[in-house]
Order: sequence, then C-alpha cells, then structure tokens
Amino acid sequence: MPQTLYEKLWTSHAVAELPGGETLLYIDRHLVHEVSSPQAFASLRDAGRRLRRPDTHLAVADHAVPTRVRGGEIEDPLARAQVAELEDNARRFDVPYRPLDGDLQGIVHVIGPEQGYTLPGMTLVCGDSHTTTHGAFGALAFGIGASECGTVMAAQCLKQRRARTLRVDLVGQAHPLVTAKDIALAVIARIGALGASGHAVEYAGPAVEAMSMAARMTLCNMTIEAGGRVGLVAPDEVTFAYLKGRPLAPKGPRWDQAVAYWRGLRSDPDAVFDRVVTMDVSHLAPHVSWGTSPDEAAPITASIPEPATLGEDSARRHAEKALAYMDLRPGTPLTDIPIQRVFIGSCTNGRIEDLRAAAAVARGRRVASGVRAIVVPGSTATKHQAEAEGLDAVFRAAGFEWRHAGCSMCVAMNDDRLAAGERCASTSNRNFEGRQGPGGRTHLMSPAMAAAAAVTGKLTDVRALTAMPATGPVEEMR
Amino acid sequence: MIQPFVRVAGAAAALPEENVDTDIIYPARFLLITARLGLGPYAFHDRRFHADGSEVADFVFNQPAWREAPILVAGANFGSGSSREQAVWALLGRGIRCVIAPSFGEIFQANCHRNGVLPITLPPEQVAALSADAVEARAFEVDLEAQAVTVAGKAPLPFTIDPERRRALLNGWDETATLLNAHGADIETFEGRHRRLQPWLFDAETDA
Ligand code: SF4
Repeated sequence: MPQTLYEKLWTSHAVAELPGGETLLYIDRHLVHEVSSPQAFASLRDAGRRLRRPDTHLAVADHAVPTRVRGGEIEDPLARAQVAELEDNARRFDVPYRPLDGDLQGIVHVIGPEQGYTLPGMTLVCGDSHTTTHGAFGALAFGIGASECGTVMAAQCLKQRRARTLRVDLVGQAHPLVTAKDIALAVIARIGALGASGHAVEYAGPAVEAMSMAARMTLCNMTIEAGGRVGLVAPDEVTFAYLKGRPLAPKGPRWDQAVAYWRGLRSDPDAVFDRVVTMDVSHLAPHVSWGTSPDEAAPITASIPEPATLGEDSARRHAEKALAYMDLRPGTPLTDIPIQRVFIGSCTNGRIEDLRAAAAVARGRRVASGVRAIVVPGSTATKHQAEAEGLDAVFRAAGFEWRHAGCSMCVAMNDDRLAAGERCASTSNRNFEGRQGPGGRTHLMSPAMAAAAAVTGKLTDVRALTAMPATGPVEEMR
Repeated sequence: MIQPFVRVAGAAAALPEENVDTDIIYPARFLLITARLGLGPYAFHDRRFHADGSEVADFVFNQPAWREAPILVAGANFGSGSSREQAVWALLGRGIRCVIAPSFGEIFQANCHRNGVLPITLPPEQVAALSADAVEARAFEVDLEAQAVTVAGKAPLPFTIDPERRRALLNGWDETATLLNAHGADIETFEGRHRRLQPWLFDAETDA
C-alpha cells in the first residue's frame, strides 16, 4: 500500500490501536515553555509521577519574557514567578533547560530547529499551536494542551486521532520579494481559516523544493491558521545540509545512518491524499491581512473587499465585524492604510533570514515619523548572528528598536503590546481581535513588507518601494 | 480530580457567533497566571468588562438568567486558535460543563474532554434552534448516558460521541493514569523497537 509521508510518520509511532478509532502515539520530543507547563508539572507532582524520559524534553522561557532588557530581575511579578517556576520544575524533574540570559534561549519553535533538537522522522509536541513549524523537517509535530503535556511527560505517549491528508502543491517560481509568508497567506485566503481542519497538510512541488529551511518553517508554522494541526515538508538535501553539525543532531556514523533513514521519509509517488490543492505562485503579489481572521488577506495591490461579495454568509458576517473592529472601509486600497506600529519577529518570521530580508529594505531608509517599529529576534543565537552581520546597526540607524529574543508582540504577554486603536504591520501569525493588545489592529505580512510599511508609514508594496533607490547611507546613528 | 459528567441541567447561554477563538475566551495576558483553578473571572473577560472594569450589560454572562448557566450554545469553530487549556479551565471556573456548537477548534475540543467538559457537535440548524431556546431561557438538560440534549417541553435531541471519550467523561477518568495502566507494556515494547530503528533519538540517554 503506497503511503503518504504523514501516514509513514504515524504508523512508525503507533504504539497501540485503541477502541474508538484512536491511536496511542509515541512522542519523541516535547518542547516546554513557561506558560503551558506549570499546570502539567503540577499534575505530575500531585500524582507523584516522574518523567519517563527527562532528556527528551527541552525547556525554555519565551512567551512572557521582557525583550527590552535581559539579565537581572524581571519587572513584572507574574512573569518573574512563571519563569522561576519553570526553572524550578526543570531542576526538580531533570529537564534540560535553556536559561533566560544564556546564549541558547529563544522561542521554542526557533531554538528547536536551530539546535538540531528537531529532526526528521520524529514526533514532537509542545503546548503551543504553532508547533506545526517543526513539520518543515518532516517531523510529525503538533500543538497540544497543558494536560496533554502532563501525559507526555509521564507516559511519553498521547492518544490521537489520525487526520485526513491534504497536499498543497506549490508550482511556479515566486518573485524574489514574494516569500513563504505571502504564499502562506495566499493559501489560507484561498482555502479558509478552517480549510485544513482535520487535515495533515503536506506542502510539495517545485516552489517548496526551492525554499530554504527558514521559508519552509514559515510555511508550516502558518498551517494552524488554516486549521491544520500538522504541516509537513518531506526532508531533502536542503534539510540535511541545514541540520548537519547542529549541536543536538546525530554525529559521525549515526549521522549517515539517520540520513539513510530520513531519505525514505517522503510520500510514495502513487500515495493517495484525501484532497489536493494546487497554487501557482509565479504571479503572486505580496499579501497582507485586512481582517481579524488570517484568511481575511489579499494581495497588496487589491482594495478592502466589499463584504457582500464574499459569498458565504458566515464570511460576509465575519468580514463586516472585522472591518468595524479594524476601522476599515470597503474599497479602500490596501496601500492607503496608515500604520503606527511595526513588529518584526515571532516564530513565524523571527529567523536570521527574516531579519536579513527586513534589514535589506530598512538599509539606508528611515522609519516614518509617528511610527514605532521593533525588531525582536526569534532566539538569542539569531540575535548574535544578526549583530555579527551588522543588521542591528542597520535597524538602529533606520530608527527601529533592537530587542532581546522572545515572543514579544506576537502574543502581547509582556509589555510589548498595541494600545487600543493602534494599527500594526506585523510579521506574526495571528490577527485575532486583541491578539497584540486589547483593541489593537493587526495586519499580517512578511518581514520585507513590514519593513516597507515601517519606512513609508503605511501598507506598501515592497516591490515598488525597492524599485526606487534608498536615500543612501544614513550618517547619523540615533 | 476530574468531575464525572453524567447529567447536567440548567440554563443555557447563547453565544451564536462563529470563530470565537481562545483569545476571546481567555485573553492572553491572563496566561501569566499559573493556576488551573479560580480562572472563572477571566472567561470572556474582554467581552464581559469595559476597559474601566464595569460590566458590559448586554453580554450574555452578565445577564441574571445566564450568570450561572452550566451550558453554552456556541457558533461554529468555537475555541479555535491557540492551544491554551486555560480557555477550558476558565469556562469550567464559570461553571460551564457543556458546550454545544456546530464545530470546535480541535485542540480545544480535546482539552474539554480532559477536564470533564462535554463538547457536543450538532448540525448548524439544530444548534440554531437550541440557541433560540437558550435565548428564551428555557430549561436544558444534557444527559451523557442517554446521549441526548433535552429542552423543556421538547423531544430529546440525540448526539453522538466517541465511546471511549464518553466512558472517560462518565467516570471522570484521568487520561494519564488510564493510559499507563492499560498500555505500560505496549509502550515498553514499542520503545525497544523504536530504539533499533531510530537509535539517534535515544543517544542523549545512552551517552549519559
Ligand atoms: S512567537 Fe507567537 S505563535 Fe510563536 S510561540 Fe511565541 S506566542 Fe506562539
């Protein structure tokens, strides 16, 4: 029987088939962060349980940590207590921990791949829905709830129901400034915020094969925004080249053995998917979201749609509500929408490649007056790398704030948040009401597009902006 | 520690809105709280309160008839978005034991089961009718044994549920304990096989 990649990963981790149609699935890795783990550790303590394999977990604080300063005491007492509790639990339960002020700290979904913790062929979970990110390596990775985290800690297993399969074929060659983020937004706009629910998505086709690991991670990261809990890309030479030599990746003969195994991790040519969606990315324009659901996105060359034209009743009603919340009117060209804030970062777009893309636009330009823009690297290692490349200087010279690593304004759990009514060009993944702060308005886009918005003060087609020369080197550093 | 779910009766609050995500149910800024209990006051916080802390009078949970409602009749895709289990703990903290909707966010639905909250999926027309009954403040009864929702004076409405999940809810079983008891040996056997196939996944322990 030919199998899809998802089915191969699933069957290779099936411990037992359960009555009722669920499978007991073996879990190889578990990323632990400060927000979703305290209750899981508490459930272990209450029941007097231990971790079955402590070394398979990796703990780090990312969600609520301040990004303005690092080291010393955290100002917010709740965040301070939460990080302290994580440290204490890691110590007590022997879980490897990446200290907040150390070089290995960062957003769970950024440090997992960066440190070679994430590998093809494994199952990986985390109490965070964007765990889909790790599927970029051909790992079966999905978000779980806090109680499930407790189960994984104690049993190294989870009861799961097998998903249907959806293959998203991306064909053609995208414009160099049209990124994985734009493609993800276009796919979600096309299939809907629920389009992949109940499905494991495999991204395939020439446009995916041409993508870097960073781009594949962005693509898989956004799968949950289409309702899919699993996003996958089959591992290939790009994957192996990325992983080789990473601290936690296999070494020596083990590496060869692993690569030989990983080469088998692809959908068989005649494997059958429950659904296939094909998209040609050749003529795709950069995309931005205009509403409060990630599928409410459009090419930057378009205008705010008239809700009445959106077909289904539910889409129309949602759009009407979204436009009221976003304070936008149908027919307004997207490029006429002014912004006051810019956020470049998150597990979607906080990697070094993303920072390079944003810096390329920011170089020699200035953040528009009245706009506050922050750059928050996805990990401390990414921050150091960017600094070694001089990107921090480019951003600072252009008037961006350069921060320490964390989730920051993606989730607004620390003091990085929008004020009510503020409008933000954001490289994060969710434009839900209040996601970046109560009353805040989010427009999702790529790092290059966010940087373009920062320097023009409004939503901007980065292709048009970069066709014009920057003003030249900025002499003065602020 | 999980309260068994057999039968729940009382008022049902109607929230006939689609895509009520977990940020609406439990705003992210309250995720800094590390407790599981006592989260009721934060359920739908930003819908229930104005910025100055006063109540939004017309929000369903602020109206006398539904302040204590144990049942919620919601719109499609209820609980979409993030995996935060606080969404369920907050509902539970408010006394909600059952949510009826045309569809649910997947992780939210699983989290409900793990905490003794019954998520019932029914066709949109049936949910719309129940929603209308809820608005009229009719009495509801949800019976998991009989697998039916009954509105006072009307015929019981049957629903389906995974038999395993039903059994766990009826008994208030903690999933981890059930799993370890029933499958401890399976897990061990699997680990042996898995280690032979992908030994690099076990190297950290072997080296130590
Ligand atoms: S960056 Fe945002 S989406 Fe990613 S893990 Fe952090 S909070 Fe979640």
